[in-house]
Amino acid sequence: MLLTEAKPVGEVLNLIGADKSVFLLGCGGCPVGAQTGGEEKLAGLKAELEKAGKKVTGSMVVDFLCNKALVGSRFFAPARAAQLREASRVAVVSCGVGVQSAAAILGKPVVPALNTISTNAVQGLWPSEERCGQCGDCMLGMTGGVCPITTCSKSLVNGTCGGTNKGKCEVSPEKDCGWLMIYKRLKALGRTDDLRKMNAPRDHSKSDIPDRLRKSVHWALEYSKAEEPPKQATA
Amino acid sequence: MSRLQEKLSRGEFTVTGEIGPPKGTNIDPVIHEAGEYLKGSVTAVNVTDIQTAVMRASSLVGCVKLKEKGIEPVLQMVCRDRNRLALQSDLLSAAILGIENVLSITGDHVVAGDHKGAMPVYDLDSVGLLQAMAKLESGTDMGLDNKGAPNALDGSPKFFKGCVVTPCAEDVEPQVIKLAKKAEAGAQFVQTQAVYDPKAFEKFINLVKQYKIKIPILVGIVMLKNAGMANYMNNFVPGVQVPKEITKRLKETDKKEVPKVSAQICGQLIRDMKGMCQGAHLMTLGWDRYVPDIVAAAGL
Ligand code: SF4
Ligand code: SF4
Repeated sequence: MLLTEAKPVGEVLNLIGADKSVFLLGCGGCPVGAQTGGEEKLAGLKAELEKAGKKVTGSMVVDFLCNKALVGSRFFAPARAAQLREASRVAVVSCGVGVQSAAAILGKPVVPALNTISTNAVQGLWPSEERCGQCGDCMLGMTGGVCPITTCSKSLVNGTCGGTNKGKCEVSPEKDCGWLMIYKRLKALGRTDDLRKMNAPRDHSKSDIPDRLRKSVHWALEYSKAEEPPKQATA
Repeated sequence: MSRLQEKLSRGEFTVTGEIGPPKGTNIDPVIHEAGEYLKGSVTAVNVTDIQTAVMRASSLVGCVKLKEKGIEPVLQMVCRDRNRLALQSDLLSAAILGIENVLSITGDHVVAGDHKGAMPVYDLDSVGLLQAMAKLESGTDMGLDNKGAPNALDGSPKFFKGCVVTPCAEDVEPQVIKLAKKAEAGAQFVQTQAVYDPKAFEKFINLVKQYKIKIPILVGIVMLKNAGMANYMNNFVPGVQVPKEITKRLKETDKKEVPKVSAQICGQLIRDMKGMCQGAHLMTLGWDRYVPDIVAAAGL
């Protein structure tokens, strides 16, 4: 299971920026277990966004958002597709992998509502091209939904290095350059301005698991009795 | 203020050179050569920082040795090998040693070098390193004390902060966007990756203007040692394309004459691009003795 924590609502609103309309997409897998996602949390976020003057065009929980085929099929229904079309942004309540798969197939700028933190090992995940490095400070809202931590060989946070060559990374002609992927995605979305934003050096302490979670069932079943739901961060 | 900064701020076309410290302790030959051939021809000399991830003596020691010879150094700093604690510490050390010109570089990945199993650090990227320099200049470091306030420094440094760019990359816009961020982070000059195609450079310069980047640019000139090196660069060095005519000319040149011809090629490139930039950065890869020839061929 991948472990997640809610981003402060203020940060989610910042990422949405001036855009008025948002579609809410949630994962019914790991975030439910981590008590950061699912119908109830989505309803909570919807209320917060509406309070801040945003229009929520629709809201949906998909089992295993990390499975792209599953996500795509859920938007076949015309009513859903219309809700998605109407939204300028998709706020995604899932781990970094789910946000990336949504970004990869929905053709909309995404906003991550959660931070993915380290479990120091993962059991039982649906493999797909997208990977999450569990950095604890999700940047997908500024990178077109492509993770720079896992796609860039140097995990750079401010754009491409000089080693990018014909779309490939300097470490191997077999490896795509992550920042070129980000550039191309943002270009397709008409949002290359996002590349101009300055990103602060990473705070590596954020990827560490907090003590309260280390003593809970989210870390190990041995702690089932000591379970304590993660405190909801507020803006 | 460093001589490099002074000259560039006066708007003078400025030439810099570059040396690499040795793999081993025998540093005298390279410093001697710099004294013989670079001192009178260039304004400042870069010292590479564990270039291409091949282990060698530090940039810092090379800079100190150059200073002892009366040559102004440019300290290159890559983000690959040190975290933000070590980088800031070395920046303070450089300032204490009287080094003012500092160049921020991401740094080639360790797989390019001769210690492929080493831990690649990249705690800061090249933008973050420039921010760190600016922070130290302002009298604090990147950390926070227990109350969450910035840590005050006991004496703060003053740098002339540089950065690099690959102007002839296939996708040049992301390079220019990152350059704009470097300028915003405090970069005061740019030295570029090798350029052999003035037309591609012109395209880059136009984009630089479009992005309103105003810092002086020193175009990168790398001496070609033979036609084989040109082919190698085309195949393996990202964002570097040597035009066929240049490769052909080197191929047809008598071996003994190659350095002279190569220096002429460099000189011609500088002449062609002089009007578009504020200086040239010469990378001779050990052929320091031909730097005076390049400068002469460029008509400087
Ligand atoms: S930026 Fe990447 S590594 Fe960090 S949480 Fe998002 S997807 Fe995961
Ligand atoms: S070439 Fe691209 S993926 Fe590779 S290290 Fe540089 S920016 Fe990252």
